[in-house]
Amino acid sequence: MQMAKSAAAATAETFAPPTAAAVPVSVRASPLVRAARGFVAAFRRLDARVFQIVFLGSLLLFGALLRDFALQWEQVVLTFAAGLATQAFWIKALGLKKVGFLSAFVTCLGTSILVRADSLWVHPLLASLAMSSKFTIRIRGKHLYNPANLAVILAIAVVPGAWASPGQWGSDVLIGLWFVCLGVTVTTSAKRLDIAWAFLGSYTALLAARMLILGQSEMVLIHQLGNGALLLFTFFMISDPMTTPNRRPLRLAYAFLVAAFAFVWQFHLFQPNGPVWALFLLTPLVPLIDWLWPGQKHSWRPSTRPINVLS
Amino acid sequence: MRIALAAAVVALVPAAVAPPAHAFCGFFVGKADASLFNEASQVMMVRDGDKTTITMLNDYKGELTDFALVVPVPVVLKRDDIRVADKKIFDRIDAYSAPRLAEYYDANPCDRREYALRRAEAVPSPGKSAGGREKALGVEVEARYTVGEYDIVILSASQSDGLETWLTENGYKIPAGASRALRPYIQQNMKFFVARVNLKEQAKTGFSYLRPLQFRFESARFMLPIRLGMINAQGPQDLIVYVLSRQGRVESTNYRTVKLPANMELPTWLKQKGEFTRFYKAMFDQQAKRENHRVVFTEYFWDMAWCDPCAADPLSVAELREAGVTWVADDGRRRGSGAQPVVLTRLHIRYTRETFPEDLVFHETKDRANFQTRYVLRHPWRGGLLQCLDSLGTYQRYRESVAAREERAAQVLANLTGWSIDEIRRRQGR
Repeated sequence: MQMAKSAAAATAETFAPPTAAAVPVSVRASPLVRAARGFVAAFRRLDARVFQIVFLGSLLLFGALLRDFALQWEQVVLTFAAGLATQAFWIKALGLKKVGFLSAFVTCLGTSILVRADSLWVHPLLASLAMSSKFTIRIRGKHLYNPANLAVILAIAVVPGAWASPGQWGSDVLIGLWFVCLGVTVTTSAKRLDIAWAFLGSYTALLAARMLILGQSEMVLIHQLGNGALLLFTFFMISDPMTTPNRRPLRLAYAFLVAAFAFVWQFHLFQPNGPVWALFLLTPLVPLIDWLWPGQKHSWRPSTRPINVLS
Repeated sequence: MRIALAAAVVALVPAAVAPPAHAFCGFFVGKADASLFNEASQVMMVRDGDKTTITMLNDYKGELTDFALVVPVPVVLKRDDIRVADKKIFDRIDAYSAPRLAEYYDANPCDRREYALRRAEAVPSPGKSAGGREKALGVEVEARYTVGEYDIVILSASQSDGLETWLTENGYKIPAGASRALRPYIQQNMKFFVARVNLKEQAKTGFSYLRPLQFRFESARFMLPIRLGMINAQGPQDLIVYVLSRQGRVESTNYRTVKLPANMELPTWLKQKGEFTRFYKAMFDQQAKRENHRVVFTEYFWDMAWCDPCAADPLSVAELREAGVTWVADDGRRRGSGAQPVVLTRLHIRYTRETFPEDLVFHETKDRANFQTRYVLRHPWRGGLLQCLDSLGTYQRYRESVAAREERAAQVLANLTGWSIDEIRRRQGR
């Protein structure tokens, strides 16, 4: 583990305007078409985390308004206050220059969506711990844990008066599809679509095999796959490019491992929150994999300049 | 304030609020044409670590010779793990946790005191086989016991067809399609707890009804097998699960668990005989339909040490032990009468074969925020203008506020139950 300057380097985000994506604009194109192309180009230049924030924000609203999430608005406000303050603290303490607040927003949204508590102090505490873990628990220039994953595990296993509700989304297939569509957008932008699909594919295969062996109806599989918690995990937790192996084949293998672990946890050990636990317990393998088979680290913003120049 | 409120409560715990229980979550077998349909069940679960005790209320109404019950269990149960429980325990826990009305009376608005609280009466709560054949069928009789009025066998099986045949050959009339429903449990290496009535023993008990069956086991599985009970079900079924645990509220991990709408003010005419029951049934019906029969409703969650308002006293140590709670006397944490380190979650599920394709799986959260389905009636002050002569303006404002809140209550009621707002207003005017 390393701290300070190397951390600064690793979390560095380029804030200089990225090079414009090469969208050829035909000279004869109408102003409308040009405007549309310009919009698409601008859209592609956006940091994937902006999509994440928009998407997670709408999920939070959906949950709070339509799904009886038992979430108080004070909890959300305090989560953001604590999460952003923690990020600001570490930026100042470590003297980081090029680190913004996008990740903090993503983590605060994730914590609000996934963690439940019967008091006001739990959410801000978890947001602070999760954000701090990004700066303190680091191996080879990458933070180890996905902050939202860490927050959920701390809530389940450590913090009193906190829990996670894997059933809170219900199993409405239509909602599930909606998740997938939007999730795909986000992961495509994050260029880590592969791990999400590899995980979902492996986990689905395991569930389908179980269904066939047990002789259950296909409704069981549809019910299990329609679960919002699973889809949220797939597209917002395991797909975090900063906490998964850098090389593609290894990423796919890792996704399969997480799926298998989650399956065993859930259906053979009969414990809830299988995917979240699987990711948490297998995360220490990531730096090992990256050390054994090095690859290029992910950069959040699409850019033509070389990444990791500082690390 | 808490004590004052508790004293002011009318606890209405109508028999019909908990729908009539006809069945277990396993299945009953009647005569061949089985006009028996599983409509509702009541189950009590005690969960402590990996230890589970399940008690099933038996409200079977048919011929005793036709009674049969099949419940998948994770392990082979020993004789000591099975007993018959006192039926009263269900009446008690139902009464303690049932939906309730709280009633308040406005004071003279021209008096300085806010509200006078009056105590009202609580309405009581209602409340034989051959060895070689088995081998051929892949069925093994792991154990045989007679417990109270029941003859019990614990079976393990390797083929669902074989199990179905064995049950049929041994006089248990299985509904068509049973083997398909049995297969997933066999594949998971679960055992089958099969019970029927021993008529001789039943006569000895002197009871005109069958007592609840209770069994316990150790397994990480925290679930209720509801799928078997759906074989002979038509339309939605109701299940009420009382979970007694140590730590916090219990919810489902594979279905959405939601709290029923509660704590709103309703029109005072609901106080009339039978009206609260009618309201609660309509409200539950409406909420279940709105959620497309896809959710688990929380009706009550409370620390058993107290209640506010108390629809009935919390369960005593003896009653908790009857339900299967073993830890109350163990650590000796008795904090006065009725105070126990036990929390009770009451779940009410209306499910269909299509909307609940999997068995219910639970987990215990660390949530300790009490919840109850409680509804409030506020009676306006009935005094006349004469008693308010000194402050006419105050009286006028009070009448207006009463009219406004009565209209709000009418709208809430219409929204909760789907009843016609005009009809509600008409009754209010009476």
